[in-house]
Amino acid sequence: MSSDYSDRLRRREASPLAALWELLDRVRDPELPVLSIWDLGVLQDVTCGNGSVVVTITPTYSGCPAMEQIRADIERVLRAAGIEALEIRTRLAPAWSSTWLSPQGCARLRQYGVAPPSDGVAAEHGLTPDAGVVCPRCGSAHTLRISAFGSTACKALYRCTHCCEPFDYFKPI
Amino acid sequence: MSEDDLQQATLELALRLGDDALVLGQRLSEWVSNAPYLEEDIACANVALDFIGRARMYYGYAAELAADGRCEDDFAYLRSEREFHNYLILELPRGDFAFTQVRQLLVDLYNSGFLAQLCRSRDATLAAIAAKAMKETRYHLRRSREWVVRLGDGTEESKRRTQQALEELWGYTHELFEPDTLEQQLAQAGIGVDTRMLKAHWQQELEALAREAGLHLPQNDWAVRGGRTGYHTENLGHLLMELQSIHRAYPGCQW
Ligand SMILES: [Zn+2]
Repeated sequence: MSSDYSDRLRRREASPLAALWELLDRVRDPELPVLSIWDLGVLQDVTCGNGSVVVTITPTYSGCPAMEQIRADIERVLRAAGIEALEIRTRLAPAWSSTWLSPQGCARLRQYGVAPPSDGVAAEHGLTPDAGVVCPRCGSAHTLRISAFGSTACKALYRCTHCCEPFDYFKPI
Repeated sequence: MSEDDLQQATLELALRLGDDALVLGQRLSEWVSNAPYLEEDIACANVALDFIGRARMYYGYAAELAADGRCEDDFAYLRSEREFHNYLILELPRGDFAFTQVRQLLVDLYNSGFLAQLCRSRDATLAAIAAKAMKETRYHLRRSREWVVRLGDGTEESKRRTQQALEELWGYTHELFEPDTLEQQLAQAGIGVDTRMLKAHWQQELEALAREAGLHLPQNDWAVRGGRTGYHTENLGHLLMELQSIHRAYPGCQW
């Protein structure tokens, strides 16, 4: 478990707004619906001040179109729960890292057919390796990178030479 | 410089960096459905999105500093050619795939030096944007490096085209390392980057890579300048016409 995740977990557990955090677990990554914004490491904090709920999020990739959808979904979920006054703040620093994924999120990704970052050994500068990411279908490490840029900003494309299937790898960044 | 002047200069810098990112992002996006094969098509779209996202962060910050009601869309869609201050190398047409990858290499290598410095800016927002962009640039650079080596060290045809792209682009790289007064003042104030300091390392890295790829770096016998003062090649007008057409047809429209 990464320290970044532990920090977030501590913040959540110390928060008096447990019900709101749980409500926000309903907001999913539109591209990877098995992940909540909590699992994804996008949800940083939920606070309450001057009668207004403040949700702080950190974007994954600079140009990820899913972020707009996530903002709209946060607003929709909170309004449906009767919260009128709310603010969504974007926090850029520290920059989002794939090490912020929750352990449950990683397990769910694997089940979904996407290898989580920890199923590969990062190359120099923490980039996707050429080979050896564990195949989420058959568990073989005989795999090769096809492209570091997959169907969405957060994924790289690999293929397994054992079961011969292509698969996505949630890339380290 | 007074605090007010510094803030005005920071706004100008944020706009320049936003222009750089937007123009290159637009050029890269032209490869969507035109790239040599599917994986490359997707990779070009991914990298283009990173740059467009970067432009949004810089423009968003510029809007915050301007505090006059303008938003990121005003900067992207409602300024004319002369008001854009991007480097010229970024607006050149995408050319063939070798041209695109050589430009990408020259720019990714420059960005990797530039962002590493901007991460240390005493302006917290610029430093945060740089830290985020830096992570993405590592991926961009690995890809453009691999492509240029592969194309340079490939067939006779791919080598010829890659060398030719390098010759055509070289004269546009000089202005990357020629900060004007505003950029020098911001660097002295600990906010911006003195890009003159980046050139030696940039050149060194390129020389090593050119050797590996069997290419040679061109002579410094010509240079074109003007991006930072708004004097552009004819290409920017055409690019903006396409980029701004929807917003001009439907003023104020939003996605
Ligand atoms: Zn497999």
